[in-house]
Amino acid sequence: MMRIMIGALLAGFAVAGLAVAADKQPARVVVPLVEIEKAGLCVAPTGEMRRDHMKMLLHQRDLTVHQGLRDPRFSLKNCVDCHASQKTGSVLGKDGFCSGCHSYASVSIDCFDCHSALRQSRVAGVAR
Amino acid sequence: MNSDRRQVLAWGAAVLASAALAPGFRLIELVQARSPEEAASTLQRWGLLIDTTKCEDCDVCVTACHEENGVSGHGRPETDAQWIRKVSLHDKQTGHTQALPVMCQHCEDPPCVDVCPTGASFKRADGIVLVDKHACIGCRYCVMACPFGARSFIHEPVSDQKADVPRGKGTVESCTLCVHRLDRGQTPACVEACNRDGGKAMVFGDLNDGTGELQRRLRSEPSSQIRPDLALNTGVRYQGL
Amino acid sequence: MASVQYREIDDRSGRFHVLLAAFGALILAALGAAWTMEHRGHIVTGMSNRIVWGVPHVFAVFLIVAASGALNVASISSVFGRDFYKPLARLSGLLAFTLLAGGLAVLVLDLGRPDRLVVAMTRYNFKSIFAWNIFLYTGFFAVVALYLWTMLERRMNGYIGRAGMLAFLWRLVLTTGTGSIFGFLVGREPYNSALLAPLFIVMSFSFGLAVFVLVLMSAFRWSGRALGDVVLNRLGNLLGVFVAAVLYFVAVYHLTNLYMTHQHPFERFILVEGGAYTALFWLGQVLLGGLVPLVLLFAGGANRSRGRLVAAAASVIAGGFAQLYVIIIGGQAYPQVMFPGKVVASSFFDGVVAAYTPSLPELALGTGGVALALTLTVVALKVLPFLPRSLADGDVDSAAT
Repeated sequence: MMRIMIGALLAGFAVAGLAVAADKQPARVVVPLVEIEKAGLCVAPTGEMRRDHMKMLLHQRDLTVHQGLRDPRFSLKNCVDCHASQKTGSVLGKDGFCSGCHSYASVSIDCFDCHSALRQSRVAGVAR
Repeated sequence: MNSDRRQVLAWGAAVLASAALAPGFRLIELVQARSPEEAASTLQRWGLLIDTTKCEDCDVCVTACHEENGVSGHGRPETDAQWIRKVSLHDKQTGHTQALPVMCQHCEDPPCVDVCPTGASFKRADGIVLVDKHACIGCRYCVMACPFGARSFIHEPVSDQKADVPRGKGTVESCTLCVHRLDRGQTPACVEACNRDGGKAMVFGDLNDGTGELQRRLRSEPSSQIRPDLALNTGVRYQGL
Repeated sequence: MASVQYREIDDRSGRFHVLLAAFGALILAALGAAWTMEHRGHIVTGMSNRIVWGVPHVFAVFLIVAASGALNVASISSVFGRDFYKPLARLSGLLAFTLLAGGLAVLVLDLGRPDRLVVAMTRYNFKSIFAWNIFLYTGFFAVVALYLWTMLERRMNGYIGRAGMLAFLWRLVLTTGTGSIFGFLVGREPYNSALLAPLFIVMSFSFGLAVFVLVLMSAFRWSGRALGDVVLNRLGNLLGVFVAAVLYFVAVYHLTNLYMTHQHPFERFILVEGGAYTALFWLGQVLLGGLVPLVLLFAGGANRSRGRLVAAAASVIAGGFAQLYVIIIGGQAYPQVMFPGKVVASSFFDGVVAAYTPSLPELALGTGGVALALTLTVVALKVLPFLPRSLADGDVDSAAT
């Protein structure tokens, strides 16, 4: 009896492991569409960014606002410039880089109540 | 004393000397420029000197500030934000009239910083008084507390913000001395516009820099603060008041 | 003296449900107003960059000040040992709790970013009286709850005195903190005074007792319980004393200002030229809030009718709102003096009396706070034994001081 149970458990793990490994197959659950137009150039590896981008943003914003540390790599403006959609020039909107995942996960963000969501080179008449 | 001890003493003296001198080296660096990776420091204190005799009818500073910072009006002057405004004065006794621009005075002892419950209103190390919008709950106590009426509360949703100047509904804001320009070595937009198109009334600089034009002018010519009785030691000084 | 029996209200007339429905409607209106303000911004209100605190703040401050004062009756019994007031202590504590809840609800919903309340409760600048007030207000809830517990739980009755003392001291600090919100403002002529803290303390005595009297009388009337003249006479006399104390502080405040030439423009504004503010000061604050109650309470001689007491309490409350309107809104309407001796004008309305018209969302929000406080009170009275079964003359200990 014990052997059968252990065997079943191990078989279950194997199947789960295979499922995880086979993420190239179409998912049965709807996942957000995230377009990374400039692959491989982010400030940290993709997995780390996905997990920790909020912590990085929260930490960095205090450094920038209170101490005036403005390393261009970590500025929100820089993130937006890179990640804004080629079509709309924004990180918000239906397939926007930020709003795509956030509306999928139903985690509201209020960054862009105040911050501009637009890529700067697209803003007419303002050279930066 | 044997030679080992002497060596230790010599090294120790060298280390002490360099430790004593090192801040001095930093000093020289900072007076010249600040790179984006460096924090603001108390070695600098930004200030502004405005010669009101050169102000008259001009409001180039107001237009430039609001253009630079994306402060667009909605045609509702009672609720529209104003980071800087021209104030006209008429002396009741003598009949003398004059005008001057009034903005956040960047006090050394800001009442707005004292009253903010979350610490969102704060003074940066280099003297600029700012609002950390991430912490602002929109209680407007700072608007009540400011003796100069410098703060504005944003009454409507904001769109088309400038990328360098985040601003949003429900928070309070005021003149930032164009901190985003300062941090890359430029002067505030109002000063630049005044010197380019206006009466050349404004001098911007580091109040701690003995060699700079600002301190030189303040030392050699009379100047005053608005509400000196409050002893706030404002960073903005006026001449001709 | 027979021990006092307390009992929940039972509602046979259906009035309970009618009241809840009415208050519920007001609360819904307030929530609607708050939602509109949060989504569309404060542009939907009458507030502006010159008048940043409007009618919601008048309501909120009234409720908070009344909350502190409502505890007075309980303090008189527990701290000052006046056994006569002991049967009233539970209701007094309850009202303190619910009025504060109503006031804070209005204050929080009016914030520009109410979604940032968590920030307000985790980041503190302890030089700010507002930050201290957050602790004082939330702590007051805990302290009053503790105090009520010592009263409601027989086994804890031995601790009533200590809990009462804690609550009493706490509310003095709290009300001082509320007055100091204004008193600490260095740049404004109408504020910037150490007198504001004690003024708010005596205002709390007056407003809190007026609300207490009205709630007591209504609760007893509508639940068919006996409320004798002995109790009402005492409370009426007390109210009169507090009203007089408020008049005293107001007089000292203005007389002192009148002695200083540089304050004359401000005094002229409040006392003579301020239009609506002058009217509210003389007719609302002084007449309705001060002289009328004194006449109603003391001019008739020993026999004071219930109608007179109700009218006096209502008058005090109306006068209280007027007073806070003049203090909070009138104080902002008066221009800040940056350039003494000059006539000042600008695009930001420097140098002029600011215009302000209360708007519907503000009124809805403020009344919703009152409705919330009363709803909580009514529900609590129904659920827990806050009210004595009888306060008839024969049942109270008139021999007690």
